[in-house]
Amino acid sequence: MSQVVAENISVKFTRHKGEPRTALAETDLAIEEGDFVCLLGPSGCGKSTLLNVIGGLTVASTGTVTVGGQVIANPGPDRGMVFQNYSLYPWLTVRGNVEFGLRLNNWPAQRVRTVAGELIDLVGLTDYADQYPKVLSGGMRQRVAIARALALEPKVLLMDEPFGALDAQTRSRMQELLLDIWARKRTTVLFVTHDIEEAIYLADRVLVMSTGPGRIVEDFRIELPRPRVADVVASREFTEYRRQMLSLLRH
Amino acid sequence: MSGLVPHLSQSPAKAPARGALDGADKQSPSWARRLGDCFRPRAELTTASRWTLSLLGVGLFFGAWLIATEGGLIQPFFLPSPIAVLSRLVAMITQEGFLIDIWASTFRVMSGFFLAAALAIPVGVLVGNFAAFRALIEPLLSTARYLPASAFVPLMIIWLGINEEQKISVIFIGTFFPLALLIADISASVSKDMLNSAYTLGANSRQLFFRVLIPACIPAIVDALRVTIGIAWTYVIVAELVGADRGMGIAILQAQRFLLTDQVIAGIVCVGILGVLTDFAFRFAHRKLFPYMY
Repeated sequence: MSQVVAENISVKFTRHKGEPRTALAETDLAIEEGDFVCLLGPSGCGKSTLLNVIGGLTVASTGTVTVGGQVIANPGPDRGMVFQNYSLYPWLTVRGNVEFGLRLNNWPAQRVRTVAGELIDLVGLTDYADQYPKVLSGGMRQRVAIARALALEPKVLLMDEPFGALDAQTRSRMQELLLDIWARKRTTVLFVTHDIEEAIYLADRVLVMSTGPGRIVEDFRIELPRPRVADVVASREFTEYRRQMLSLLRH
Repeated sequence: MSGLVPHLSQSPAKAPARGALDGADKQSPSWARRLGDCFRPRAELTTASRWTLSLLGVGLFFGAWLIATEGGLIQPFFLPSPIAVLSRLVAMITQEGFLIDIWASTFRVMSGFFLAAALAIPVGVLVGNFAAFRALIEPLLSTARYLPASAFVPLMIIWLGINEEQKISVIFIGTFFPLALLIADISASVSKDMLNSAYTLGANSRQLFFRVLIPACIPAIVDALRVTIGIAWTYVIVAELVGADRGMGIAILQAQRFLLTDQVIAGIVCVGILGVLTDFAFRFAHRKLFPYMY
């Protein structure tokens, strides 16, 4: 059975006036364990809504989501989330932020220390372990958020446009770092983006979504070799994927 | 205004350099540049310029006061000179036991304020974070905020008599309502993403409250206390309106009765100085308590 299964998920938001707005029409989704899947689409296509339903932060109007065979109703540590605006705790150091979830779940102190240390190392912030988020750059903050989300060894990592607020160079370095982490951890990743290149570069599968109402319109399997290097964006295959997705998004 | 919802108006530690101009002259900006900065919106001043302007403002005020009084433009009965006020203040402190008045007022302000804070913090946090509490209490709080504390003086005299408790109650009433509403707003504005990320890390409601909501809003609450203690000082006269034998407020009222304008002004100046000192103390404490914000 697939790691993440969403069946017949729809989300209607009630509006101040008039009919409820359908953010997401009946949608099915299945993600295999260890896969890197991108949800790609314009604003308002319901990609973040779908992610939040799987994360347990938004309640779906219809349908069910199972993660690792378990029906989910609430947010939980089996689904790590990373948000666009980092949402770090400013009163905690880098180490404190990464350790936060472990402490909430009452892990033994020694183990908390070791796991957090390893993750901080993994995201390359060992020298900043005792700094507060205030002094970190956007890219560094997002690395802390990724380490924090990975600390509880989630079955799936849900990422909502995590690099959307970063500049182009930092974003490209973060994409490489994320692929590197994913290659080591083999955590299932569901990654929301509106950037076509980002989706093709990162993913095994790109699910293209469309608006009015939000739904999945196409499922691309990206057959580019791994590990992927930055040059891959210049390849003929890459260009072909981009052309197809672009024409889908334009219609 | 900047202090009202303090954590929202936090400016970044260092503004990013705007264009080449900011980076270009590291040594000392030219006079033309400094003058230009005075009229460029949101421009940052050098420390020297800031101090110069602050001293200029104070200097102009006292200079105008000095010229108007010593130059004979205004009769001392209406406005005594700053020198007369200062010497009066020294005499009050050294010969008339004004320190006892200062202490009496400070004690009232602090007692009333800390009682108000002790109640307003839990009430504000509950109203800000729990929809049920908000629905229950907010209409009453919002209405009570518009009631002037001075209007409660007669009622408090009936309830408590003319005593210390009654005076402290004026400060309490004057500060509790604005403080509770300010704290409710502060705790309601903790970012939703911060709460969501805690939930996804497995936090339950109790952990969310104590480990995220409370630490997230404490710095802004301390800043709200700083703003509100200023309000507490402004109520000291009202508090001492009836039946006080010592206090800065009563000293000012008595001086007015005997037309001692210099003593009235000396008292006002003294309240101002104490207000500024408590403000500094709060700012200092804020820096020491929350180093991660600076």
